[in-house]
Amino acid sequence: MSDTADRVKKIVVEHLGVDAEKVTEDARFIDDLGADSLDIVELVMAFEEEFGVEIPDDAAEDIATVKDAITYIEKNKG
Amino acid sequence: MRRVVVTGLGLVTPLGGDVETSWKNILAGKSGAGKITRFDTEGHKCHIACEVKPADHDYGFDPDKRVDSKVQRQVDPFIVYGIDAAGQAIEDAGLTDMSEEMKVRAGCSIGSGIGGLPGIEKESLVLANKGPGRVSPHFVHGRLINLISGQVSIKYGLKGPNHAVVTACSTGAHSIGDAARMIRDDDADIMLAGGAEATICPIGIAGFAQARALSTNFNDQPEKASRPYDKDRDGFVMGEGAGVVVLEEYEHAKKRGAKIYAEVVGYGLSGDAYHVTAPHPDGDGAYRSMEMALKKAGMTPADVDYINAHGTSTPLGDELELGAVRKLFGDAIDHVSMSSTKSAIGHLLGGAGAVESIFCILSIRDQVVPPTLNLDNPSEGVAGVDLVPHEAKQREVRAALNNSFGFGGTNASLVMKRVEG
Repeated sequence: MSDTADRVKKIVVEHLGVDAEKVTEDARFIDDLGADSLDIVELVMAFEEEFGVEIPDDAAEDIATVKDAITYIEKNKG
Repeated sequence: MRRVVVTGLGLVTPLGGDVETSWKNILAGKSGAGKITRFDTEGHKCHIACEVKPADHDYGFDPDKRVDSKVQRQVDPFIVYGIDAAGQAIEDAGLTDMSEEMKVRAGCSIGSGIGGLPGIEKESLVLANKGPGRVSPHFVHGRLINLISGQVSIKYGLKGPNHAVVTACSTGAHSIGDAARMIRDDDADIMLAGGAEATICPIGIAGFAQARALSTNFNDQPEKASRPYDKDRDGFVMGEGAGVVVLEEYEHAKKRGAKIYAEVVGYGLSGDAYHVTAPHPDGDGAYRSMEMALKKAGMTPADVDYINAHGTSTPLGDELELGAVRKLFGDAIDHVSMSSTKSAIGHLLGGAGAVESIFCILSIRDQVVPPTLNLDNPSEGVAGVDLVPHEAKQREVRAALNNSFGFGGTNASLVMKRVEG
């Protein structure tokens, strides 16, 4: 779990240009980390690339927090 | 009639990440040219360019100063250069804290000749190699030419006209001219105006080299390659960067006690209607563009002390422009100084007209004209004109003229003059 979490957080920090300490598992991408809808599309692409998972659009819509992303990836990565 | 003055300047050039560093290096006769570091040039005809230097260089550019790291990642470098130059100009003009009322009357006219070529190249490869699902969601708005104006207006809350000129290598001059008219026509009191370019990438270098526009004889002596008016010139050296000015209505600037660099008094524009890349053999378009700018300024050639030439160092263009100047100026050519700063920073394409207009403004401020480097053996056709070879020259500069000409046969000229008192 912690390896996935670290890698997810690193991607979020890089893509959103936010401080690492703000990227807690409860942080919401839009409300807490200043992301817009296009940033979410980009983050999802980066997760797909990093973890070799496919995140369909309807699943991506349910990913609102850092924890949501980690959980989805843990469950679906090969 | 509403008068238009310049109250702020911003530059990102191969010789500096700000105005004063760039200008000091220009006057010192330095060259910004070198081997291309951005990509491996093996197989290319041209291996040299005037790149904007990294932040740790003596005269490098630090994008982190004014451009959010997230924005930097999403947009092409020409937009980063443009946002920074605009920020410099706003700070220089003392306009970082505008009231809501001022913001509604403040706009942007910052263009580019080509736009985000490196990003288009890169994402095309992503599309080809990884498929459409991997193309960046920021691809479009990170490459569009009007997104300097867009980004700057969002960052600084500028709610007036939001405009972006695209006229190849005359973009920067047209941007300033059009913005000055918007102020004159009472569309705005303040306009951020200028141009930016960053196309030093494989497809950019290959494309211009295939059009036979770039210098290829000086790959081992990059600093010697840009040599306007010299017998051995063989094409331009690609530069990159941005120039942005704050234009302001004269009474508005006076009322808030702003520092006034110069007044934009004349703007001329014309079309060659001749060829997509070659200039008209009589220099007809260039002549009419300059003539119109002087007429609008209510000036005669004798009133102009300095011309910052288009002078790209291509075999055809330099002498045609000089011929047009000779024809228009007549006897007044004896007292004018004319130089090409492209000899030092290369050709900034859509940024050129704006950067060079800023050099005109600084020549008026400091009463000095910048040199034409590498003018070792002047072409026969340029005899009798002071082209300011090798070294800057202290002299009176009451007014300066900037010329910019672009592919498609588009020409623009600007006249800027000292404001008394």
